[in-house]
Amino acid sequence: MVDAPKKNGSLGQSEADQDEAHDGRRREFLYLAAGGFAAIGAGAALWPFIDSMNPSGDVLALASTEVDISSIELGQAITVKWRGKPVFIRRRTPDEIEAAENASLDDLIDPQADADRVQRPEWLILVGVCTHLGCVPVGQKATEVRGDFGGWFCPCHGSHYDTSGRIRKGPAPLNLDVPAYTFIDDTTLRIG
Amino acid sequence: MSSESSKFTGLVGWVDNRLPVFSYVHKEYGEYPTPRNFNYWWNFGALAMFCLTVMIVSGIFLAMQYQPNTQMAFESIQRIMRDVNYGWLMRYIHMNGASFFFIAVYIHIFRGLYYGSYKSPRELLWMLGVVILLLMMATSFFGYVLPWGQMSFWGATVITNLFSAIPIVGDPIVTWLWGGFAIDNPTLNRFYALHYLLPFVIVGVVGLHVVALHVTGSNNPTGIEPKSSQDTVPFHPYYTLKDSFGLSVFVIIYALIVFYAPESLGEAENYVPANSLQTPAEIVPEWYLLPYYAILRSVPDLLIIDAKLAGIIAMFVSILVLFVLPWLDTSKVRSARYRPTYKKFFWVFVVVCFVLGWVGAHPPNEKVFGLEWLEVIDVGRITTFYYFFHFFVLFPLLGKFEKTKPVPNSITESVLGASATEKV
Ligand code: HEM
Ligand code: FES
Repeated sequence: MVDAPKKNGSLGQSEADQDEAHDGRRREFLYLAAGGFAAIGAGAALWPFIDSMNPSGDVLALASTEVDISSIELGQAITVKWRGKPVFIRRRTPDEIEAAENASLDDLIDPQADADRVQRPEWLILVGVCTHLGCVPVGQKATEVRGDFGGWFCPCHGSHYDTSGRIRKGPAPLNLDVPAYTFIDDTTLRIG
Repeated sequence: MSSESSKFTGLVGWVDNRLPVFSYVHKEYGEYPTPRNFNYWWNFGALAMFCLTVMIVSGIFLAMQYQPNTQMAFESIQRIMRDVNYGWLMRYIHMNGASFFFIAVYIHIFRGLYYGSYKSPRELLWMLGVVILLLMMATSFFGYVLPWGQMSFWGATVITNLFSAIPIVGDPIVTWLWGGFAIDNPTLNRFYALHYLLPFVIVGVVGLHVVALHVTGSNNPTGIEPKSSQDTVPFHPYYTLKDSFGLSVFVIIYALIVFYAPESLGEAENYVPANSLQTPAEIVPEWYLLPYYAILRSVPDLLIIDAKLAGIIAMFVSILVLFVLPWLDTSKVRSARYRPTYKKFFWVFVVVCFVLGWVGAHPPNEKVFGLEWLEVIDVGRITTFYYFFHFFVLFPLLGKFEKTKPVPNSITESVLGASATEKV
C-alpha cells in the first residue's frame, strides 16, 4: 500500500497518475465487494419467498395411504388417490404377466424389466399419470381402450402403455411411475 | 414550470399547477398530433384499453363473490350464475370480455405487422406490446383455472406439465408451481392471487406502451412519418370521435354475444366439476391459445431434442420471435401498401394462423376432410413450418429482394393527390 494520496504535494506527474490508477482499482474492488454482498443478501431474502411456494408441511404429511385390496378379482383394477394423484392397482392375469415379462428390452422406449417394477408379479402398482403431459390414461376397466399393448392408453396425445405400465408407443418419454409401497399383509397395501 | 403557469383556471388550474394531470391529458389526448389518414384498424388499441378496463371492473365484482378453494370454487361460480344479483351478467361480461380483449389485441398486432409499425424508431413500443400479450396469456390461463371445472383442471395440468420437459430442474419446478404433487388447493390459491395481480401489471405496461407511443408518434397507413402540420390533426375531437364510433360498434357485437350467445366461445366440459382421477376425452384450450397449442403438438423429435421439449421450445419461440422482428425485417419500406410481395405473404400468414387455430382444436390423428392420407397433425406440421419460415426466412430476404412501389412524398399527398400539397 502506498501512502494516502497527497493532494498538492511534491509528487511527479507519473506518480500522481499511478496513485489515481491505484485509487480506481480500490474503488472498483469496493464496488464489486459491496455489490456482491448486496446480491447475496438479496438472494437470501428472496429464497423464503420462493420456497414458500414449495409443498408445505401439511401437504408433505399426507404422504401415505392404506388400501384394502382383498376384493380385487383377477384381471380387475382399482384407482385410489394418493397425494392428489390417481394410483392404479391392477391384479394381473397370468397372460398379462407373461406378456410383460417376455417383452424384449430392446423394444422398449424406456427399458426396464418387469421384475424391477413389481414386488409381487400379480400386483402392478402405478402412478396413473401419463409421463407426457400428465393426463390420466384409460384402461382401468376391461371395457375401456387399453391401447396396442393391452395396458393403458392415454387419450390426450395417444401414448400406449403395456401390462407393466411401460411406454411402448406415442409421445410420452417414460414408463408410468411406480410409487413407493409395501404390503402390510396379504390384503392391505400401504402406498407412500 | 413556474408555480402559476397552467393554462387552466379555477380549481382545475390550482390542481394543475401542483400536479399537472390536466395538462398531461390535454397534451397527450387533446393536442397529440395524429396522422390525418388513420383507417379503422387504428381503433383497436383504444378498444383493447376499453377491454382491460372492463376486465378489471367485472373481475373485482366477481372477486367479491368467488371462493378460491377447491371445495367451494365450482359451487361459488354456480352461486354467482344463479343467486347473486346480476352475477350471471358479471360473469358473462368477464368470460366473453377475455375473448374480445384477445380479438382486439390480435387485430391490433396484425395491423402492426401489415403497416410495419414495429420498425425503427418504434421497436421498444412494439416490444412492450409483446410483453402485454404474454401477460394477457398468463392472466387468462390463471383465470380459466378459477371456475375449477374439468377443463380448468386438465388445462392447468397439461400446461404446467410442459415445464417438466426442462432437463434436470423440470420436475422440481413443476412441484414448486403446484405447491404439491398435483394441481390442488395450493395451486388454485396462488393462481387466484396472480390472476388478481397481473391485470394491474398490464395496466403499468400499457402506461409505458403509451408513453413510448407518444415519444415516437403514431405510424399510419402510408408508413411514412408526418412532415408538416398539414399531415396531422389534433387527437381531439377527430380521433376521439372516430374511436367512439368504433367502440360503439365493438360494444354492440360484444353485447350480442354476452346476451344472446354467452357460451358460444366456451367449452361445455368446464361445467363438469374438476375430477383429478379422470381426464376428459379431449383437452382444448380457449380459442385464443389454439394456434400455440397446435405448434406445441406439431413438432416432432428434432435431432437430440425429444418432441416434448422441442414442442415447448417452438411454442415459446413462436411468440418470442416477435421481440426480434424489428431486426429480422430488413425492408426500408414500412407499409405493405408499397410492398406488393410482402402483402401477399402477409395474407398467407393470416390464413396460416387461422389454420393453426383449427389444428389446435382437433385431435392430431383425425383425418382431414375424411382423406385417408391427410391427418390433422400433417396440416399442423406444414403450417408450423410456414409460421417459422415467414419470420426467419421471408422477413430477412424480402427486404433484400423485394421490388417496392414508390412511396408518396407526404401523408397529405397520399390522401389528397400530388396537386393538393401545392394548393394548400
Ligand atoms: C387482463 C385482464 C383479465 C383477463 C384476460 C381475465 C381472464 C379471465 C378468464 C378467461 C376467466 C375464466 C372465465 C370462466 O371461464 O369462467 C376469468 C375468471 C375470473 N377472473 Fe379474470 N381476467 C382479467 C382480470 C381480472 C381481474 C382484475 C380480476 C379481479 C380483481 C379478475 C377476477 C376473476 C375471477 C374472480 C374469476 C372467476 C370467476 C369466473 O370464472 O367467472 N379477473 N378471468
Ligand atoms: S398426456 Fe398422455 S399422451 Fe400427452
